[in-house]
Amino acid sequence: MLLIHCPYCDETLPEVEFTYAGEAHIARPENPSEMSDDAWQQFLFMRDNVKGDHFERWRHLHGCGRFFNAVRNTVTDKFLTTYKAGAPRPDLAALKEGQK
Amino acid sequence: MQEIWGGLETTSQNKFPSLKFDIGAVNDGAYMLFSAGFYYKTFMWPRSFWDKVYEPFIRAAAGLGVSPTEEDPDSYASRNLHCDVLIVGAGPSGIAAARVAAEAGLKVVLVDENAEAGGTLLSEPQAQIDGAAAWDWLAAELAALKAAGVKVMTRTTAIGYYHQNLIGLCERLTDHLPNLPADTPRERLWRVRAKQVVLAQGALEKPLVFHGNDRPGVMLAGSAQTYLNRYGVLVGQRPVVLTSHDSAWYAAFDLSDAGAKVQAIADTRGSVNEELLAGARQRGIPVKLGRTATATKGRLRVSSIRLNPVSGGKVGSGEDIACDAVLMSGGWTPSLHLFSHTKGTLAWDDDRTTFLPERTPEDCVIAGASRGLWGIEAVLNDGAEKGREVVAALGKSAGAHAYGVAQDRPGTGVSHKELPTDRSAGKAKAFVDYQNDVTAKDLRLAVREGMRSIEHVKRYTTNGMATDQGKMSNINGLNIAADALGRKQPSVGLTTFRPPYTPTSFGAFAGYHRGGHFEVTRKTQIDLWAEEHGAVFEPVGQWRRAWYFPQAGEDMEAAVSRECKATRASVGIFDASTLGKIEVVGPDAVEFMNRMYTNPWTKLAPGRCRYGLLCGDDGFIRDDGVIGRMGQDKFHVTTTTGGAARVLNMMEDYLQTEWPDLNVWLTSTTEQWSTVALNGPNAAKLLAPLVEGVELTEEAFPHMSCVECSVAGMPARLFRVSFTGEIGFEVNVPAPMGRKLWEALWEAGQEFNITAYGTETMHVLRAEKGYIIVGQDTDGTVTPYDAGMGWSVGKAKPDFVGKRGLARPDLVAEGRKQLVGLLTEDGSKLEEGAQIVFDPKQAIPMTMVGHVTSSYHSDAAGRPIALALVQGGHGRMGETVHIPMPDRTIAAKITSTIFVDPENARLKI
Repeated sequence: MLLIHCPYCDETLPEVEFTYAGEAHIARPENPSEMSDDAWQQFLFMRDNVKGDHFERWRHLHGCGRFFNAVRNTVTDKFLTTYKAGAPRPDLAALKEGQK
Repeated sequence: MQEIWGGLETTSQNKFPSLKFDIGAVNDGAYMLFSAGFYYKTFMWPRSFWDKVYEPFIRAAAGLGVSPTEEDPDSYASRNLHCDVLIVGAGPSGIAAARVAAEAGLKVVLVDENAEAGGTLLSEPQAQIDGAAAWDWLAAELAALKAAGVKVMTRTTAIGYYHQNLIGLCERLTDHLPNLPADTPRERLWRVRAKQVVLAQGALEKPLVFHGNDRPGVMLAGSAQTYLNRYGVLVGQRPVVLTSHDSAWYAAFDLSDAGAKVQAIADTRGSVNEELLAGARQRGIPVKLGRTATATKGRLRVSSIRLNPVSGGKVGSGEDIACDAVLMSGGWTPSLHLFSHTKGTLAWDDDRTTFLPERTPEDCVIAGASRGLWGIEAVLNDGAEKGREVVAALGKSAGAHAYGVAQDRPGTGVSHKELPTDRSAGKAKAFVDYQNDVTAKDLRLAVREGMRSIEHVKRYTTNGMATDQGKMSNINGLNIAADALGRKQPSVGLTTFRPPYTPTSFGAFAGYHRGGHFEVTRKTQIDLWAEEHGAVFEPVGQWRRAWYFPQAGEDMEAAVSRECKATRASVGIFDASTLGKIEVVGPDAVEFMNRMYTNPWTKLAPGRCRYGLLCGDDGFIRDDGVIGRMGQDKFHVTTTTGGAARVLNMMEDYLQTEWPDLNVWLTSTTEQWSTVALNGPNAAKLLAPLVEGVELTEEAFPHMSCVECSVAGMPARLFRVSFTGEIGFEVNVPAPMGRKLWEALWEAGQEFNITAYGTETMHVLRAEKGYIIVGQDTDGTVTPYDAGMGWSVGKAKPDFVGKRGLARPDLVAEGRKQLVGLLTEDGSKLEEGAQIVFDPKQAIPMTMVGHVTSSYHSDAAGRPIALALVQGGHGRMGETVHIPMPDRTIAAKITSTIFVDPENARLKI
């Protein structure tokens, strides 16, 4: 069972407190009505199926209730980092360098 | 392993119909019967034979256990445990590692699946460790560990290694006790989170594969040694030892020293070290090197073994040697199961013909025989070294200690495919997997029939698929398959080990989660009243809800019919407390509601409520419910009973991540309110005298109003809403007051002949009015327009969740399935879920154009009614569709979804 760091609680806690919430950094467009069918379809349905480092959302459901972002490797199932919603994508190369 | 005690009752399972006539032992004439892929090839047809003929026979013949039919009477427990170092295996290497870690002041847990700690030391009392006899050293060492605070757990199996050093342990507490202590669980499952793990599981002995190796009396040499040295049992007076590893020589010596006349030590190797030869000479044991075994004889116990010399690949003529036991050893396989659970990589070691551990992503080291070492001194020193590694990893330091062991038995060996024979290999029954009766011939047949990967060979033959997960058979099977394929073992592959390490009872996994504790049963404050009044209940999500209230002699149909009539005739009372409730509060609450729900909310005045429809961004209906505006910045949102958590999650998602600029707070209030619904022409008359703060007139409190007031002296949120088409109220009071409110209304209702109704009557009454149930009349592909509720969509709003989705080409296309009413021509009641076709005469398979979503008998309509999703349904009013059933085809007319009071006249006070 994974241990996940909640960036809001600043605690590392068991996976059962959290729920997965899909790919991260997909912002809902400002004016959906102005979007073409293709662009809307891309936003609504198309997701990456990454083998490796995946930017994804989690929710600390049985805790503070906050949604946050994470980088998890889909092969090893290891979390590289977690960070608050709205924060920019972390620099993966720097992150990996730091873990060496 | 089951420890025995006086009075224990056991039965053998691996025999059918009895040991004296084992179907599997019918070898000569019918030996072809159970070959590889036999089940796939034979038991294919007819389907009906599976349950009654094939499966019982296969299960019986394969010796599969009998599944109990009773509920498990035992209780099971579970615990969490956190420690610095968990050591799996309390043999010499595990003990040495524990000693180092404990001396460094770490919190250490040492577990072993056996009843006693000690591992191989228990079977090798001759060893002298640092000058002390093995068992004395063991006792002193265990005492020292306990004194140092190490938690030593025996009868505890590490069953699985999960992410981030979470290890599952199953501790067996009572199976070895003749008298059960009171209140003690049978087993306890431990979830251990360890900072560092040392795997010291040792190695498992392999059988040799030769014709007749399944005869009773043929056993592993290490087992015979353990029987003798640990339990004081001599397994044979005249054993023959057959081996490819040095270790079995020592078993022969121990049995000989205990008084057995060892008839021969036969080794597959052409030469062994001089020390072993001297040991045999000294005891007068005949030695036969470069041998193969080609047969055994004996009916219920082995009586002789046939040994043949092998030289230059040629098998010479055999000699029968009389014996009463055959002790075999095909070498030792490092136990890598838990290491593999970590996704640790393995490397093939060609010299030792086995896989060895390589790298693991976890904070874990592997020590001793489980990484291929052999001999007590070697594994003790390795255990201490690995102990120092984990101590260092935790930022501590530990001194070095070199163990010296006298009378040690280091050794080497080789690993084989099936042993060569001078007889027809095709007729040999040389077992590889004893549990699943897989022979060397089966594995070769699998390869001949096209299996190339070990994963395929395994599944085709079932080799390694029994409860031991291939602990005895994997490497032998791989050696044979690799030989048959003409490839090296690592290119054929190793099957994956998965938890649990050994079969583990369901009870241990379930722990406390059984019976009433399996899942939460949510009950409302009024639940007990319903129970006292004879309600029949149904589960709705986690909730237990009153389904109907039968009176004496009534069945469900009669009860529901009575409840419906009474509600439409006078007044019915219904427990609606399970409705999901969310409080939406804040300066931006109305903007948030405008963005979330399809409906417009800006113009809804405080004190008014509105039916709200929630879509996903794909445009499909997600949930619905009446929403009251309790103030300028406060909404009382209701959701479906099952949808409350989902809706709150969706709202939080949009609020937190898409619109964090909105100043809104969301709070689940489902359990803060008890909700009682009153419906019927007399509902207002009943309620009015109890309400303070508002007059229940058409003018002061029209339909779709809400107010904070007092009801029967309790603070209340009162809604005038209707899910029945009658005059309706929903009274919300603080949850603990629910039953008091219900009883006050019940008493006041006596003069109106008030009737309690359950969820079934609620469903009938709403269907008569065409009110949908999300999830029953919709299925995640239905839009507000499909459901005939385009009126709920605020088209003028610039955006809301689902607005863009509703404009998707497929959602505005012709021919979508739309919600309509159905009335059968013959007056029969349709089945929910029944498929609908336009032309009943078309060829099968017919084109299905929709299905029945709701169907009830309706007294108010005077006939059965139904709701259905039908392709282009809104444009087909009055047309006839057909519902093919197994015995006949029913014709039904498409109608409006409203079957009672389409003018809504009955809503008026």
